[in-house]
Amino acid sequence: MTNTETVNHFSWTIGGPQGTGVDSSAILFVRACALAGLYCYGKREYESTIKGGHSYTNVRVSETFINSHVDPIHLFTAYEKTAPLVHAPAITPGGALIYDPKVTDPAQLGLQNGVSAIAIPYDELLNELAAELNQPLAKVMIMKNTLAVGASLAMVKFDPQYVEAALKGIFTDRKAALVPMNMRAVEKGYEAIEKLGVAANFPYRLEARPDNPERLVMSGTSAVALGKVKAGCKFQTYYPITPASDESVYLESIAAEFGMNVVQCEDEIASACMAVGAALTGVRAATSTSCPGFGLMAEGIGWASMNEVPVVIVDYQRGTPATGLPTRHEQADLLFTAFISHGTPQRIVVAPGTMAEYFEDAFNAFNYAEQYQMPVLMLTDKCLANNTMTIHPFDESKLVINRGKLVSDEELARLSQQPEYQGVFKRYAFSEDGVSPRSFVGQEHGIHWNAGDEHSEIGHIWEDPENRIKMMQKRQKKLETALKGIPQDKQFKLYGPENAECTVVVWGSTLGPLLDALPILNSDGLSVNVLQLRLMVPFPVDGVSQILNRAKIKVGFEMNNTGQLAKLIRMETGIAMDHMILKYTGRPVSETEAVAAVRDVMKQQVKEVVLHYGY
Amino acid sequence: MATNVQNKPLTARDYKSDLLSDWCPGCGDFGIVAALQGALAELQIPQHRVAVVGGVGCSSKSPHLMQTYGIHTLHGRPVPFALGVALANPDLTVVVTGGDGDGYGIGSGHFMNAGRRNVDMTYLVYNNEVYGLTKGQASPTLAYGQQTKSLPVPNVQERVDPLSLAICSGYTFVARSYAYNKKHLTETIKRAIQHPGMAIVDILQPCPTYNDLHTKEWYDQSIGVGATQTPRVYDIEAEGYCGKVNNPKDAAEWERKEIAALTKIRTPEDRIAVGVYWEVIKPTFMERLYPLNPQLKERAVCLAPLADNAGKPLANLGNVYEEFRVS
Repeated sequence: MTNTETVNHFSWTIGGPQGTGVDSSAILFVRACALAGLYCYGKREYESTIKGGHSYTNVRVSETFINSHVDPIHLFTAYEKTAPLVHAPAITPGGALIYDPKVTDPAQLGLQNGVSAIAIPYDELLNELAAELNQPLAKVMIMKNTLAVGASLAMVKFDPQYVEAALKGIFTDRKAALVPMNMRAVEKGYEAIEKLGVAANFPYRLEARPDNPERLVMSGTSAVALGKVKAGCKFQTYYPITPASDESVYLESIAAEFGMNVVQCEDEIASACMAVGAALTGVRAATSTSCPGFGLMAEGIGWASMNEVPVVIVDYQRGTPATGLPTRHEQADLLFTAFISHGTPQRIVVAPGTMAEYFEDAFNAFNYAEQYQMPVLMLTDKCLANNTMTIHPFDESKLVINRGKLVSDEELARLSQQPEYQGVFKRYAFSEDGVSPRSFVGQEHGIHWNAGDEHSEIGHIWEDPENRIKMMQKRQKKLETALKGIPQDKQFKLYGPENAECTVVVWGSTLGPLLDALPILNSDGLSVNVLQLRLMVPFPVDGVSQILNRAKIKVGFEMNNTGQLAKLIRMETGIAMDHMILKYTGRPVSETEAVAAVRDVMKQQVKEVVLHYGY
Repeated sequence: MATNVQNKPLTARDYKSDLLSDWCPGCGDFGIVAALQGALAELQIPQHRVAVVGGVGCSSKSPHLMQTYGIHTLHGRPVPFALGVALANPDLTVVVTGGDGDGYGIGSGHFMNAGRRNVDMTYLVYNNEVYGLTKGQASPTLAYGQQTKSLPVPNVQERVDPLSLAICSGYTFVARSYAYNKKHLTETIKRAIQHPGMAIVDILQPCPTYNDLHTKEWYDQSIGVGATQTPRVYDIEAEGYCGKVNNPKDAAEWERKEIAALTKIRTPEDRIAVGVYWEVIKPTFMERLYPLNPQLKERAVCLAPLADNAGKPLANLGNVYEEFRVS
């Protein structure tokens, strides 16, 4: 055991069957640390079951902003028998396991040398708690996980006042009466550790920071939801699916404050079509789903492209194909999204990589949709969707609403006085940039038709060959217009030294571990930068080519089994990756793995590395 | 339902677009579109306050013939598109025009679930028992054993009963009419549009090209002999049937009328009945939402302002951030 103490760098995992409070324990832990001025990255794993199954949350705590988890566990907290069976070997030497001696024999767990096993007599403590609180045992049993959090924080000598403050933030209004009970459970955990006298030798400590800047604790689904609300989205449809529906359910909970209509549909076909129908009236409309549901939306997306309807569709990617790994992480919908729907419909595809970008791109998606009059598809993934993170408040200062070429009631009235007005509005008028003025269903003098069939400028079915060419070119032209109009810093970004020897190309939440790995790799004598792709369609060919052409070694790093972004880059630019690092176990990549994998491909010249770590 | 505020009364002609239809001569669709135009004229609804939403198929092209907003969508999906329009702008008159294959086949899930919501709109199903645009395959309303001229073998699937399905799904106005009975059809469509809730009119219509069993002549025939001879198509309301629940708070009346409607629909007879089978006032989807979300009542979501003059978003997240704030 080492004598030096590590302060404010800590990796803690709590695990147990689903439905036993793993998630709420993690939220309490994260909020307590955050209130003490620390930053957390909480990675959540669960199975596709309601109760039972194996679930856990790993929380990495740091003094500075962090974007990923690490593999070694410093403290694993168990309060039942199944979770330590899976995770105990990952506890790092010097670390510790908290366990229930009634159900766990630490000798059977394959603990590494130097790992302390700390028995917490949960039943005894809960019986005492029941007596103290004058409550039946059954009622205090549900606080077993809270007690476990108390014991965990006692190990790192954490000031319990922040736990109480966190409880007050979690149990508000009608639930406020639960604060003292839960705090007492936390204290029982602290007392148990104190009694054992084990904290003094545990080499990790969490210490409150004197500076405590304003921060939020949030998951990706909420970040997207808030971006939509900020953008003025007033119509959201959805069909229940993991992990996407958290966003819609949250929106439904705040809908009354913003006058938003959130509609649960019979399927994702209806979700897409209903959102598109609503968008025709001028409301900013959206829907959210995950992979299988996204498949069902294909025809609605194609129709919206054909009729140039602004609509925002968010796909929270999970394990694929089919139902795949329903509760796990993957990034395998990129090519499907880039080509979704038969034929060559137009769409914009954005793929934000951080929580702040989730908010910002959800906001911008509505601007893009209305400026370029086409569906905007936003690719997110389960990792950030379900993670609980400490983040800085979103920067709202630069947000501006741009509704594109709308035609006002006054303008329509004026047009109706022109001699050429025949009672109809040229909704699909040919124009220089491909974008036509747009009237809403319901506007006087704005009457036009929409058709999935090829149509004329007023929207009637028309199969004339010359009109066909002009219409196809008009719609395609809008993608060029969009590429010119979308700011470059929203298209792609290069992190690290500009002229590094090796460029690692990432997208989505894989950016996080690479951002954290970057300083480690560069201080390790390697020369590495990271290129993040955020705008996938239309593809920023010139900017990306320029960066990739500078790199001696090009590495694709993706969470799918075929390197979909690498394929897209090759298709658009002709540039191929030299190495691929792929992971498709359904578990997100850690900083630890990212560092090792990039180092390996650079040093050993391995063509393709498949990552395995995590459960 | 919006009303005409202009001085000049609107006529059926005002709802006709300049487009000529591409339907076969003798198609029942003509009668249905004319009846819809007539009904809108009687109700004096301004053209721009009407959205006609079609699916895919012959009948689904109807929106193009209407001088209103026309939305010609995907096969089987006109109902969800129309729901989006109607929920985003509840002041509009939304009419869906689709076929029996479109609504009861590929769109059956939407057909059923639309009943659960009772959104204020009107669904006209052009029911000719065949898929005309793809050369006459059997639709979900063709009976078992029947063989229209393009079927290589008699139909082996049974037919659905859309009217009882509609009642059981929660539609609050359920009627049947016939494409060539213009007076009855116009009146029924008018009542369906006026009805505050989800209305469906299943409209029997000949397909002169592919349905050689149930032709206009067949519908026009009389059946029986001598004193018992009657027209094949008859109006149930003319014979004294009334499907309207007068007091929706009276559970006994509701139950009695619902059983009567289902019994009437499900009792086999040689004649073909048209008329309003079921009519009840229930809270609409929006009316159910208003107490939960009062802003929705103040104005349609599509009319809410999003930004100030400088383009700054009006949505203030101040309150909702509280839940996430940790400092």
